[in-house]
Amino acid sequence: MDKDIKRSIILDNYQNSNMKHTSDDSYVKINTRNVSCIDNLDIYLKIRNNIIIDASFEGEACVISISSTNILINMLIGKTCKEGINIINNYLKMINEEEYDKDLLEDLLVFDDTSKQPSRIKCATLSANGIKEYLEKENHS
Amino acid sequence: MYRDDFEMLSNNIIYFDNGATTLKPKCVKDAICKYYSEYTSNAHRGDYKTSAIVDSLYEGTREKIKNFINAKENSEIVFTSGTTNSMNIIVSGFFKNYLKKDDEVLITLSEHASNIIPWFILQKEIGIKVKYIPLDNNNEITIENFKNSITDKTKVVSLAYVTNVIGDERPIKDISKIAHENNILVVVDAAQGAPHTRIDVQEDDIDFMAFSGHKMYGPTGIGVLYAKFDLLDKIIPLNYGGGMNAMFTKDGYVELREIPTRLEGGTPNIEGVLGLGAAIDYLENIGMNNINKYEKDLRKYLVSELSKLDFIDIYNKNNDTNIVAFNIKGVFAQDTAIYLDKYNICVRAGNHCAKILDNVFNVSNTVRISLSFYNTKEEIDLLINVLKNSENIWKEIL
Repeated sequence: MDKDIKRSIILDNYQNSNMKHTSDDSYVKINTRNVSCIDNLDIYLKIRNNIIIDASFEGEACVISISSTNILINMLIGKTCKEGINIINNYLKMINEEEYDKDLLEDLLVFDDTSKQPSRIKCATLSANGIKEYLEKENHS
Repeated sequence: MYRDDFEMLSNNIIYFDNGATTLKPKCVKDAICKYYSEYTSNAHRGDYKTSAIVDSLYEGTREKIKNFINAKENSEIVFTSGTTNSMNIIVSGFFKNYLKKDDEVLITLSEHASNIIPWFILQKEIGIKVKYIPLDNNNEITIENFKNSITDKTKVVSLAYVTNVIGDERPIKDISKIAHENNILVVVDAAQGAPHTRIDVQEDDIDFMAFSGHKMYGPTGIGVLYAKFDLLDKIIPLNYGGGMNAMFTKDGYVELREIPTRLEGGTPNIEGVLGLGAAIDYLENIGMNNINKYEKDLRKYLVSELSKLDFIDIYNKNNDTNIVAFNIKGVFAQDTAIYLDKYNICVRAGNHCAKILDNVFNVSNTVRISLSFYNTKEEIDLLINVLKNSENIWKEIL
């Protein structure tokens, strides 16, 4: 993907994050405070019958962290937990420079060269890891 | 000033993160290397020549530190691994035994984690109460607010000499006068103060003080715990073993050594102590008053130049130390730091270990510049230029 297009997608998801708002008590709240830097996001997930029916996030974080969270959450809505885990696993593989399935990642592909900036890897994976841990841990039926 | 003494400065960097750690002058590195190339041996041990050299350098550093902070006696100086270690020894080794349930310790919301969490732990363990002296509109402590916070349960006040985000210097002398009139002990976290201003523990009548070597041009892993002799003598050691015992027998009888050796169990960080000694010599040679004046002038210049940029918010304009906290409007602090790093300008972004400060600051993350005497107006001009072009920030960092 062209660098300018990547930048505009990242910025658009940062400056106009359509999923950045709090949600009510019917959502589970996952805090993804990053211990090594200063990003601090809360993720809200509503899961019924193993399907992620809605999600949002709120908090303070850097451009990479906010933007990747917004894109990921948009992609997860409507997916089953298993599908969600699969998307995240492929995303994490991409970030860590392992083999991954490009067809699954849509706009998340804008982060495909994050590994060139090692200090940004944690920012790009903050929410993904938090959501993955929750999806894997709980029985959401 | 003295830029040639710092090899790191030849790497084409602008180093503005001196509150995190300072660069090291060559003499500090040389002192450490010399220990390993010319007289490696343990301190307080062997009867051979190199051991005697190390012993005298080790104890000589204690004397240098005594003079540096004007303590009464060498025995009031204990070597630790740093400010955090010193604070924990003070809190766990002394106050855990001194304080009773419901006794109160006064701190503020702008303290560093190492002057907060040890007290929280004590609160949990023995039921003391941690109370906050309110800060004024500049996020600074006032004598009036300190006085009003004192109750008949207040037994200790524990404050940074200079805070690490706001950078205000506290009126410790006035505070300890009032504290002592009320039988309150005074603990000072001098991690950010000792490298930049002359602290006189007798003049300020400080009971306990902690500071780190690496923030004052010395090596990492070495720090100092100061306490008045009678108080230090009451600290219960946290490390038992070699070097700190006078004798022990098979039936469990243990006799401990005198202060300060009693509190330095195990082989000490000898290279750290010797490196710190070289750093103290170096600072004394430049003169703490010269350092203080130079850094204050430089800060004034930095603040006046930053103030000309209408897209910058400065959070501590009115202070008079080496620290400036700011943000580019609408840009997260970490993104600013990464942008500046593109130009080899090293700054710190974050909450700077003062995680409860956002209660008063209204912003939890800032970019922090903490100046040293080796920084220059030319470096500040470069920073300002880079900031002026920060409309390109996304193009640069994405």
